[in-house]
Amino acid sequence: MTAGGEGGRAVAIALVSTVVVFTALGLLITHAPGWPEVRRTFFDWAEFKASMPEIARAFLLNVKMFCIAEGFILVIALLLAVLRSLPSPVFFPLRALAIVYADFFRGVPTILVIALLGFGAPALQLKHVPLSTTFWGIVALVLVYTAYVSEVYRAGIESVHPSQEAAARSLGLTRGQALRHVVLPQAVRRVVPPLLNDFIGLQKDTALVGFLGSVEAFKQSQIDAAATFNYTAFLAAAVLFVALTIPLARLTDWLIARDRRRRQTARVA
Amino acid sequence: MSVSALELHDVHKSFGRHEVLRGIDLEVAEHEVVCLIGASGSGKSTLLRCVNLLEPIDAGRIVVGGEEVTGRGVDVNRVRRRIGIVFQAFNLFPHMSVLRNVTLAPIHALGKSRGEAEREARALLERFGLGGRAGDYPDRLSGGQQQRVAIVRALAMRPDLMLLDEVTSALDPELVAEVLQVIRELAAGGMTMVIATHEMSFARDIADRVCFLDDGVILEQGPPERILSEPTEPRTRQFLERILAAGRM
Repeated sequence: MTAGGEGGRAVAIALVSTVVVFTALGLLITHAPGWPEVRRTFFDWAEFKASMPEIARAFLLNVKMFCIAEGFILVIALLLAVLRSLPSPVFFPLRALAIVYADFFRGVPTILVIALLGFGAPALQLKHVPLSTTFWGIVALVLVYTAYVSEVYRAGIESVHPSQEAAARSLGLTRGQALRHVVLPQAVRRVVPPLLNDFIGLQKDTALVGFLGSVEAFKQSQIDAAATFNYTAFLAAAVLFVALTIPLARLTDWLIARDRRRRQTARVA
Repeated sequence: MSVSALELHDVHKSFGRHEVLRGIDLEVAEHEVVCLIGASGSGKSTLLRCVNLLEPIDAGRIVVGGEEVTGRGVDVNRVRRRIGIVFQAFNLFPHMSVLRNVTLAPIHALGKSRGEAEREARALLERFGLGGRAGDYPDRLSGGQQQRVAIVRALAMRPDLMLLDEVTSALDPELVAEVLQVIRELAAGGMTMVIATHEMSFARDIADRVCFLDDGVILEQGPPERILSEPTEPRTRQFLERILAAGRM
């Protein structure tokens, strides 16, 4: 009864403070001198409705790029992380290469990688190499995000205690079998939340490929805005991106919370 | 002449500058149960890990069932399939059910079919009072049950030799007995075992021979009654007095 009362009061306080803050913010913005102009150019409902269908169609390209890139990233990054975890000195050159790769692609801004590949690679005019900007945009995203995701995987692999591998090897399993059945399943499970976090970033960064000229949601809204001198089209694109990332963000939160709960119950037990 | 289950000849092992094993000679006959006693850091665990080839040795020879396993070009995986080891900290695979823990190696290392491996695993689990636990995950089990599962997991490979590394040291006192009972059953069944232990009364019960390890060498060995009651070496006596003072005997 007391707990419920306190919980109820907390909810009430949260509600009131939210209403107060947002009302204040709303009043501040709507009473700004430039507000009528901003409302006309950014919040034009008719414009929003008119531009939405085309932007939504263009947004399918974002979704497509995201899905293709994500598939490749998950696989290549895992291979890279496994490569870096191999202890044998024979693999040193590969390990060194993997480190240089991760350092480089985490260091260079994504938009630069996209520009370099998107404008540079087709210019080589190699045979059998696609000229499509979307193709090179996806390649650039895969290169950049693989660098991040392989680090996430690697952290997961290192978090599995060496005694787990020892137990597997002591039963006569090979190193590969121990990795596949014992180490990786535990490692991957632990890094699902940070992996999802990176994928939220990837979803948004598909918009950068528009820079190459691929007509995805952001590029389409730019075209609309240029044609109508109205920026409401950007708002439409933003709504679409948010609609896609929010479920993933909530899923990530839920997984992190579940993981924390599990670890707490494990400690109590 | 029958072949020894295990022979160690002048085995040396260092970690960095610290020499943990300084010339170990040990022969274990088939069906023999040998208990290794000695203070923490005397080299008991390292000795067992070396026999299982989890640690490479620096010098000496280890022979299992008449075959040298420390030579060049030895398939370590094949050797390990004949030797079961159970660790102090259980080391069960937390992401697998008990049944999967037990069947993983028979399926992937021995190439058994899932059906056959599961049938055998269930029979073993039943035999050691874990029949109802096959579907549970390790974190749902008590420490004693987890360690029994670890023993069953090693037994599922039908090893010729079992190495037990202080398997009751991580257990609450009331859970020790059930694990020791399992080991007694194995001994009664004729399993060859090398057991590192701090449980002196258990060693007295079960061992055919007790070896006292001190600073990387086997200082004294013999039948448990003699080693535990009338040790000749002063170091052995000191060790046993300390154990006695700690109420572990």
